[in-house]
Amino acid sequence: MADATNGYKSGSTLEKVLRAGQFAATAELGPPKNADAEVIRKKAALLKGYCDGANITDNQTAIVRMSSIAAAAIAVREGLEPIMQMTCRDRNRLAMQSDILGAYALGIRNLLCLSGDHQQFGNHPTAKNVYDLDSMSLLQMVKGLRDDNRFQCGEEIKGVNPRFFIGAAENPFADPFEFRPYRLAKKAQAGADFIQTQLIYNVPKFKEFMKRVVDLGVHEKVYILAGVGPLKTAGAAKYMRDQVPGMDVPDEIVKRMEEAGKGIEDKKAKAAAAREEGIKICVELIQQMREIPGVAGVHIMAIEWEEAVPIIAEKAGLLPRPVIQ
Amino acid sequence: MIVAEQKPFEEIKAKIAKANKVLVVGCGTCVTVCFAGGEKEVGILASSLRMATKIDGNPKQIDEVTVQRQCEWEYLDTIKDRIGEYDLVLSLGCGIGVQAIAEHFPEARVVPGLNTSFLGLPVEQGVWEERCAACGNCILDLTGGICPIARCSKSLLNGPCGGSHDGKCEISTPDRVVECAWDLIVKKLMARGELDKLLEIQPAKNWQTSRDGGPRRIAREDLMLAKE
Repeated sequence: MADATNGYKSGSTLEKVLRAGQFAATAELGPPKNADAEVIRKKAALLKGYCDGANITDNQTAIVRMSSIAAAAIAVREGLEPIMQMTCRDRNRLAMQSDILGAYALGIRNLLCLSGDHQQFGNHPTAKNVYDLDSMSLLQMVKGLRDDNRFQCGEEIKGVNPRFFIGAAENPFADPFEFRPYRLAKKAQAGADFIQTQLIYNVPKFKEFMKRVVDLGVHEKVYILAGVGPLKTAGAAKYMRDQVPGMDVPDEIVKRMEEAGKGIEDKKAKAAAAREEGIKICVELIQQMREIPGVAGVHIMAIEWEEAVPIIAEKAGLLPRPVIQ
Repeated sequence: MIVAEQKPFEEIKAKIAKANKVLVVGCGTCVTVCFAGGEKEVGILASSLRMATKIDGNPKQIDEVTVQRQCEWEYLDTIKDRIGEYDLVLSLGCGIGVQAIAEHFPEARVVPGLNTSFLGLPVEQGVWEERCAACGNCILDLTGGICPIARCSKSLLNGPCGGSHDGKCEISTPDRVVECAWDLIVKKLMARGELDKLLEIQPAKNWQTSRDGGPRRIAREDLMLAKE
């Protein structure tokens, strides 16, 4: 069981790896749209040993799934370190804090604080959204629970307090671009220990973002994990380029995905060629990320494609993952 | 001002189906300005209902009146002598007007003809937009006069979120473009050299002054009439 001794804030594996100055690698595990624990166990088995922690999404894209707290607890039992995600969309500060206490009691040690996608995108667009807090005040709250031993209201926690390694997200490609580095700094100030970015395909633009982040000295206050992910098809690349707000996929990437399957008749072989190219691009991106000053690791988002993570980790030279005592 | 919209005609017709004598009551204030329930709209609606109920073979007596303000007792008193003649009042006031009639004339049966939409303003002829959520704790000084509570889809205090794109909110669709309030705030403050305001972390909001704290009431002793 991780504890917060030896000067660690939480004692989580991710914290230890980053503190040791190792290039970190995190992955993502999406809970199922049902109550089947076996799905989590299978995905955990695929990711275990290939990353320093796996994000367990919280009703991502506002679609109801098994709760991140339950799925993260199952991951703990399977020996995969979870990074539990928590959004502000579905719960107020009471529910969030009680879930945070419960998550810690269940052995979860990393918490990623998000505002959450608007419910319009999900399968319950008529729901009320909460947004009692935003991601910034959620970070402050989680830090307060850990460092000040106090609930959000100021009341002291008597007994064990939840000590999480606190994460946040930032999208370097969302607008207004010039404000994003400042907002990242704000998140560090609010309590973030690490940041995972949105998926990066436009490396020059990300470098520009990181230069400003480094100029502000923010990389010394917070570990920045660059978001990367393998594309499965040319269609997916095009969709991300044209339809997803805040995504920046250069035409060159789309072209590479299109070229990959060209001339192959067999449908299965054609799809496999595209997937292979997607993995290749992802590996190249990781290698580029390693060279960018201020980048402390990568967050590999292989959504509903967990099998790709071990391959990517292997090819990108991320294995074996370090074990820090 | 309060911005409202008339309910669909069929819905209004169904609401008055069982009545024989209906008084359509308009309001001369906000809903007149937003062309939803003023004297003109009362006239058009009343004559449409007269025609429609006649065509249906169930003609009704539908009379009209517009008071200066449905939300004040003294203006409602102008209809106190005639309201008893009707078995239904169709209010074209906002939700406050409908309730004021119900409260002032407990015997009257009143139905709403409008949907009260939001607190906003006409940004151009025929277009109204929400501007205030009446949260009871104004922070417009911090945000360049642009309200993130009313105008950010997530009411964030430390935006913009990662869904802001080209000045548009992530919930925008080709049919419904929603401005990103935080894009407006950031651009305005940065242009003014007030980045420091944006860097300050706005802590969790106290929502007690908003609807979340229960129905709100203001009582000012300096204005109250001395009790006998």
